[in-house]
Amino acid sequence: DEVSSFQEEHERERHRAKRRDGDREKKKRRKGRRRRASRAGEREDELQARHEKREAGRRKRAKNYQESEGRERDEEEQAQIKTGKTAKTKKNIKNEKTRKVEQEEGEAEERNAKGKKKHGSAKKEEKDEDGGKCAAKEKTQEVKKKKHKRDSEEKELRPESLSPEELEKLKEAVDERKKLIQGLRGKPWSMKKKLVTLRESQEFVEKYEGALGKGKGRKLYAYKVMMAKKWMKFQRDFENFKTACIPWEMKIKEIESHFGSSVASYFIFLRWMYGINMILFGLTFGLVMVPEALMGRPYGSIPRKTVPRAEEASAMDFAVLWDFGGYAQYSVLFYGYYNNQRAIGWLKFRMPLSYFLVGVGTVAYSYMVVIRTMARNANESGVGDDNSFNFSWKTFTSWDYLIGNPETADNKFASITTSFKEAILEEQESRKDDNIHLTRFLRVLANFLVLCCLAGSGYLIYFVVRRSQKFALDGLDTHTWWERNEVNMVMSLLGMFCPMLFDVISALENYHPRVALQWQLGRIFALFLGNLYTFIIALMDEINLKREEEKIVKFNITTWEASLYNSTVSENSTGPPITIQPADVPRGPCWETMVGQEFVRLIISDTMTTYITLLIGDFLRAVLVRFLNYCWCWDLEAGFPSYSEFDVSGNVLGLIFNQGMIWMGAFYAPCLPALNVLRLHVSMYLQCWAVMCCNVPQERVFKASGSNNFYMAMLLVILFLSTLPAIYTIVTIPPSFDCGPFSGKKRMFDVIQETLESDFPAWFSKVFSSASNPGLVLPFILLMVLAIYYLQSTSKSYKEANVELKKKLQTCKQKTK
Amino acid sequence: MGNKQTIFTDEQLDAYQDCTFFTRKEILRLHGRYHELAPHLVPMDYTNDPDCKLPLALIVNMPELKENPFRNRIVESFSEDGMGNLSFNEFVDMFSVLSETASRELKAIYAFKIYDFNVDNYLCKEDLEKTLNRLTKEELTPEEVELVCQKSIEEADLDGDNKLSFADFENMITRAPDFLSTFHIRI
Repeated sequence: DEVSSFQEEHERERHRAKRRDGDREKKKRRKGRRRRASRAGEREDELQARHEKREAGRRKRAKNYQESEGRERDEEEQAQIKTGKTAKTKKNIKNEKTRKVEQEEGEAEERNAKGKKKHGSAKKEEKDEDGGKCAAKEKTQEVKKKKHKRDSEEKELRPESLSPEELEKLKEAVDERKKLIQGLRGKPWSMKKKLVTLRESQEFVEKYEGALGKGKGRKLYAYKVMMAKKWMKFQRDFENFKTACIPWEMKIKEIESHFGSSVASYFIFLRWMYGINMILFGLTFGLVMVPEALMGRPYGSIPRKTVPRAEEASAMDFAVLWDFGGYAQYSVLFYGYYNNQRAIGWLKFRMPLSYFLVGVGTVAYSYMVVIRTMARNANESGVGDDNSFNFSWKTFTSWDYLIGNPETADNKFASITTSFKEAILEEQESRKDDNIHLTRFLRVLANFLVLCCLAGSGYLIYFVVRRSQKFALDGLDTHTWWERNEVNMVMSLLGMFCPMLFDVISALENYHPRVALQWQLGRIFALFLGNLYTFIIALMDEINLKREEEKIVKFNITTWEASLYNSTVSENSTGPPITIQPADVPRGPCWETMVGQEFVRLIISDTMTTYITLLIGDFLRAVLVRFLNYCWCWDLEAGFPSYSEFDVSGNVLGLIFNQGMIWMGAFYAPCLPALNVLRLHVSMYLQCWAVMCCNVPQERVFKASGSNNFYMAMLLVILFLSTLPAIYTIVTIPPSFDCGPFSGKKRMFDVIQETLESDFPAWFSKVFSSASNPGLVLPFILLMVLAIYYLQSTSKSYKEANVELKKKLQTCKQKTK
Repeated sequence: MGNKQTIFTDEQLDAYQDCTFFTRKEILRLHGRYHELAPHLVPMDYTNDPDCKLPLALIVNMPELKENPFRNRIVESFSEDGMGNLSFNEFVDMFSVLSETASRELKAIYAFKIYDFNVDNYLCKEDLEKTLNRLTKEELTPEEVELVCQKSIEEADLDGDNKLSFADFENMITRAPDFLSTFHIRI
């Protein structure tokens, strides 16, 4: 960083120096030309000459600068390695640079003089002809000619037979050019200059790469170069393809121009989630659902794949299907359908292994994507929330360049003005701290109320889940629709009304809007989390119940089988064995399918609630305000209901929690990612329409935090918390004995052990079992803890160094004033 | 890939892809937008680099720029003659710098140029006053404007010359959390 900033400063100095020299040169040339040219064409000549020289000068400067930079960097590195003291190296670099500059200026003048002599007459003729033609074409042609001349000179300077040092230098120059080409789009030059530099550098690279390629033993280098070129072309085509695939770009642009970047950020987040869910869908569909459907045993062949006789009559009813019972339950959509056969079909596809690995893989992929996005955001965003540049940031970064709609622009102007006035007020008067006791008391009261709310909602959910268990025991038909779907409805309604309650309570607290928003988000997060975990605890109770039931069923089956054999033997000792219809076999309660069903039902009811809230809360409200306004006492549009604003943070949280539920349930219901893809697709269109149709731009825009990482961090926390219950159930609870791909095993992860033993060579499993030896694992854990401690202490020391530097900067600022 | 287009040669498109943050499809789309601003002036065939510039008034009426209080300055900063007449190269350059993937440093350089109304390579008090008045549509009182400009210069000025040089500006703007997301035009 030091070096680069230093280089920049020096670059600027050199540019100034060169400009001075260039001016001197120009004056000399101008005088010479005046003597030679005729009066009529004098002025034209001068102007054109000046233009050309400026262009030529610029390009020359660019080329020299690049070459010299390359050489300088090498020399700098060498100098630093040699001395190791920065002060000394700086002096060295300065001296070398000034020397180089002088050398180059001398060289440049020489070359210029040579070029001038060669071109002199040719140029004059051209100028006389091209009085009216475009200046650009002329310039580029002339520059090309000059360049060719220079290149031929350079060729003379660098013959084909090279000493190894010069070869190295040439290679470095070529690499330097390549780097320049890579970084060209980030340079603040005019487009014309960039294009010309690009062409020059590409020609240079092509020519000298060829030269480097000749000679003994360089064939590998040429081959590598060719592969690199092909790889770059492939990457470029892939980038083009990827950007062509991005959906909904125009929709998001429309929303951005109407509502600004914060509302659009929700839709961009939705699109990103859609991408993740597509990949999860691809994994579960391609590696789990399709193989079982195509290569596994068909429906009705074995007991687990058939609807039991008792349920057959109602298996096709819409109500049952909507509840994911009946034929929906006994299909690839749920865990229970899968057979535990080790390898299926002619491909010998390892179904149970694939099921397990896909389950693990979806979680691993999600972790990877979220952490990678967080890292990328952390690199881009500024250094945390700083208050030292309040007014400057307000002046230079408050206008949102995405706005293209006049109404939004007006809103933005108003909000910027308000924000400035507030900041000015805050600056002028110090905050009066009177009634601090009252404020503190109110805040404590508010938090207490919120806690009560959370506890109340948690208890309500627990109560409702237990009640639904009782209902299930009684039989589902004897209850109303509400009683059957109580759990889901209660959870969704709580999710809808409690945030509003929190909003009202927060009016007591009197915080700055940004702080209030953070508190609000924190509370909603706690609410959702509490609800989810209460739901899971209730679910665990049900799982235990089902396992008890399973034991009883197992016992019953043995007696039933025994009675069956007894009866056949007693009837006909040599007769054929009786084939039992799969539908008649008594079935164990499949707790995994039950869990999967619960999650699917929860997600469907959540989706329905969201859409209905959207339609009623936003659309119906907008319609009422619009049309009742004509016959109402007060102005509905400006006054009480008015049009709703788009609640960015609420929607983002909803999306995050929805994803958490998918992660939790995807292992037990492979159909969940598919369902979510469908849901997100519909959500995108529905919400885009609703936003454009029913919402107005926000008056005050407060983002929850400076960086985008706030929501990513929440997503990561949810990911972690969602995978905990799934991991717990996989590791501790034995799978059902008669359904799913792991039936018959003691633990679900035994499938890994089995694969290692049977499919891999013997030494592999030995290595693995020795690796899981506590003697190895404990030292490894210790090592990781040490590494974490070390990294944390270094990061702390960097932070302290940062604070020190900031203080120094402040004191320097004070001194210079 | 796909249909053969005759607006640019392949080399030209590759060159544009190297010099900007745009992909092939986006460059072609940009050409379409440039063309529809003045269908009679802009040729459809750019293979031999026609020299065609559109005046400031046409460009500033694009829907993306229409509501921007700094639209004139934006177009002027990217034009070679400083008067706001953009050739296609400069047009593409402008949107490339303002695109989502442009680097922070590059955007800082051009933001400095845009807010420098008197083009003297410094953000002096008059520049800040003009910026502020455009932002608030002159709703602030002169004293308030004075205060805000004063405070801004105080905060960001490092070398004590009572105006912001590029180094001061860059130091201030690269820490701003909102800069990348607001200094962005999607096309």
